[in-house]
Amino acid sequence: MYDVFEQVCNRIFNQLKTEEYLTISLRGENSQFIRFNRARIRQTGLVEDMSVSLKLIIGQRTASGELPFIGVEDPDYQSVFDELERLRKEVVQLPEDPFIVLPQPGDSTHEVHTGDLLPKDEVTDSLIPALKDVDMSGIWAAGNIYRGSANSAGQVHWFETETFSFDYSLVTPEEKMVKATFAGRHWNREKYNAFAADSIHKLEKMKLAPKKIKPGKYRTYIAPAGVADLIGMFSWGGLSEAAIQQGDSAFLKMRNEKIRLSRLFTLKEDFSGGTVPRFNALGEVAPEILPLIEGGRLVNTLVSSRTAKEYGKISNYADDWEDLRAPVMTEGALAEKAILEELGTGVYLSNLHYLNWSDRIGGRITGMTRYACFWVENGEIAAPIENMRFDDSFYNFFGPELEAVTDEARFIPDVGTYAGRELGGVTCPGILLKSFALTL
Amino acid sequence: MNKFNPKTILDNLTLAADWVGLRLVTETTTYRLVRDGKPQTNARETTRGIMVEVLADGQFAYYGTNRLDPVSIQQAAEKALEQAKLAARYAVHKFTVDARPAAVGEFISPFKRGVDTLSAGELNELLLKSNEALKVSDKIVSVNSLAQIVETEFHYVSTNGSDVKQNFLMVSSDFVATAQDGPVVQKRTDGGMLAKSHQTGMEAFDETAILDRCRIIGEQAVELLSAEDCPTAKTDLVLAPDQMMLQIHESVGHALEIDRILGDERNYAGWSFVHLEDIGKLQYGSELMNITFDPSVEHQLASYAFDDGGLKAERQFIIKNGKLVRALGGLESQIRSGVPGVANFRASSWNRQPIDRMANLNLEPGNSTFEEIISSIEHGVYMETNRSWSIDDYRNKFQFGCEYGKLIEKGKLTRTVKNPNYRAITTPFWSSLKMLGNRDTFKIYGTPYCGKGEPNQTIRVGHASPVACFENVEVFGGA
Repeated sequence: MYDVFEQVCNRIFNQLKTEEYLTISLRGENSQFIRFNRARIRQTGLVEDMSVSLKLIIGQRTASGELPFIGVEDPDYQSVFDELERLRKEVVQLPEDPFIVLPQPGDSTHEVHTGDLLPKDEVTDSLIPALKDVDMSGIWAAGNIYRGSANSAGQVHWFETETFSFDYSLVTPEEKMVKATFAGRHWNREKYNAFAADSIHKLEKMKLAPKKIKPGKYRTYIAPAGVADLIGMFSWGGLSEAAIQQGDSAFLKMRNEKIRLSRLFTLKEDFSGGTVPRFNALGEVAPEILPLIEGGRLVNTLVSSRTAKEYGKISNYADDWEDLRAPVMTEGALAEKAILEELGTGVYLSNLHYLNWSDRIGGRITGMTRYACFWVENGEIAAPIENMRFDDSFYNFFGPELEAVTDEARFIPDVGTYAGRELGGVTCPGILLKSFALTL
Repeated sequence: MNKFNPKTILDNLTLAADWVGLRLVTETTTYRLVRDGKPQTNARETTRGIMVEVLADGQFAYYGTNRLDPVSIQQAAEKALEQAKLAARYAVHKFTVDARPAAVGEFISPFKRGVDTLSAGELNELLLKSNEALKVSDKIVSVNSLAQIVETEFHYVSTNGSDVKQNFLMVSSDFVATAQDGPVVQKRTDGGMLAKSHQTGMEAFDETAILDRCRIIGEQAVELLSAEDCPTAKTDLVLAPDQMMLQIHESVGHALEIDRILGDERNYAGWSFVHLEDIGKLQYGSELMNITFDPSVEHQLASYAFDDGGLKAERQFIIKNGKLVRALGGLESQIRSGVPGVANFRASSWNRQPIDRMANLNLEPGNSTFEEIISSIEHGVYMETNRSWSIDDYRNKFQFGCEYGKLIEKGKLTRTVKNPNYRAITTPFWSSLKMLGNRDTFKIYGTPYCGKGEPNQTIRVGHASPVACFENVEVFGGA
């Protein structure tokens, strides 16, 4: 696929006039999806989908277009050329944009991560037997994912990977649930069977009689999957420099009032794991590591080149949305085996659900507890809890209420598929909080 | 490319399947965003592809591809057939072709002015003017104006005789002002994020009306800076239609989707507190509550003639006088569950399989004027425009936040309040519905961004509602 992309881009760049600048980015996948309910198959299918996006710049004007890409050079070239012609006609009608960023020359990159995936016709017989005796609902997604970027200044970047993910929930007859995700590049039947058996073992704990707790502030442990959801909020009116400049960020207080979070909270962008490409649509390559919050201090935000130009900042080559692409939260000192003992009496939350800012400027996030969440008494799991709503500010739970951070960070893969299968995920440990507000 | 005819392709397919359907989708979305007096986005996205769906051994399977040549589609059909046969041994349900009725017809969404009547330059000019209108004060630190135009063509054919063409032209807009005074920041929009989404044409970009709205949005953003926080209380709550749309969506629509009730969504969006046996029995809310599934409302965002399984779309009462009488499920769900449903088996595009979606789901108007509602309240809060939403996986415990509030004191709207929020549990909340606005208060909204399904799908829904008053609701303010 790379060869077709490169050839089409080269032919198109050769068609550009002197005053024209162009970037072309590609996004695609070849995927198998199998949807399960009650450990049986609800829906199944295959999707091959690819598209390219063009951004044409002439003088101080720019317009962009996205169109299907099928991976066959001549028809793809023709449709991309037709789109270029359309953009040429449109761009002259548009107002000038003083913050346009021109594509720059630089080194090209090429990453291909070959996997060892299950053959498509072996998936059902491989997945179902290990979970056939439990009520399971979930989604299998597997295949190739492609990302590409090329610009008229000569850069070409390519990222290709083969991955699978089996994201599922196990359910007791009393409707208590455990969540698990088995994902990677190399399928291993033995590891999968052991993973599935562990999920079933965890489900046993959910069969204890549930405890209903009252709204209030509780000593709380949040496991890495829940912490990943909280950090995920920082991609939405969070660490974006543009959001801060436009009064739309939860980090305004940290920037303007120099408020500091807990010394135990450190967050960075770290691309060294190789799960996502470092290049953006403009062809810019982000630094391998970018510290964001160090020991509770905001040291960097995510700055795209356009934002840098508009607000007089230095770009760190964030993408247009200035969202987190490879977030890693630093581990702490709390041994995982000591979590229950250190929690003592309180709430153990494995997962959170449906988060939203309830007061963005105040850093307040609301959401639900979900899946394996327990009441813990004197260092021992006493009962699963009924789901509770939380509503609390990260200025509290990543601030003075953060008591300890576990000593092992986990990679929580992004299994989202809205615009196609996503790449990457959040790497983070669990957090022990002196208090956390449960409200309903 | 434009001469591609799925019927011809279907006629030439060679496949040992019990049924085959082809759904060709072409969709072009144009985004134009002007922020702080400068163009930020002028983008057009086109997606075009075909969903090949087959039935074999009682199992449906699909192959979505954007390779629109006969050889590729033949191969896609063969691979889909292979998937269906492999999956059939583990099928949740053995379907027959009854799940895909033969459907023939056309639908063209209503509009007065086509896309070509407004150039890119003219629309940018309007958005620039609207930016200026939003910036009513130096305290407005950022403004943006967004126009989104979607042109969609569906053509669905099947081996049992379906031939359905549906063409849609849809326009969404939003105008946003962010005001700041020291540490206080407040944002006001035009009814919520893209809530002004309708099946319409370029007549939606009426300059006078837009500029008038923008000035009010800017003024209210500034007004909120000096407003007190919404009080914490249990009190009467009056919700404007641009908040009711979210209330209906989250606490009625998703809860009543039959595929959720059957457990398909348990690994993602969640389950439902509603059980199949509740249909026909459950008192969901007060007797004022009448909810309809209505794909026939002119200009509403999710109006259509047939769903993606070929079922003819018709208006149905879902909740009548507070009682749940029908749920939201297409034919597959109706066959699996044995309960009555509606024509809402819909896919977001050619690359996703249909699932149960709510489409247009409306709260029918009552008899009270807005003035009658307000004047009947001794103490309460009036809230407009959703800004925050979260609900649990059973659709029970919700917390919603709004942009703009007013105190109601002794039968009158008095002081403005900022950061108004409320939280409650679904059926007690709807049971507390004590007054409902008349048709004069009834407004139609929609959103292009309802997320659901595995693999994930974003789909368009429409919600219309009058002003509604609920008693004894927990309200509160900001951090």
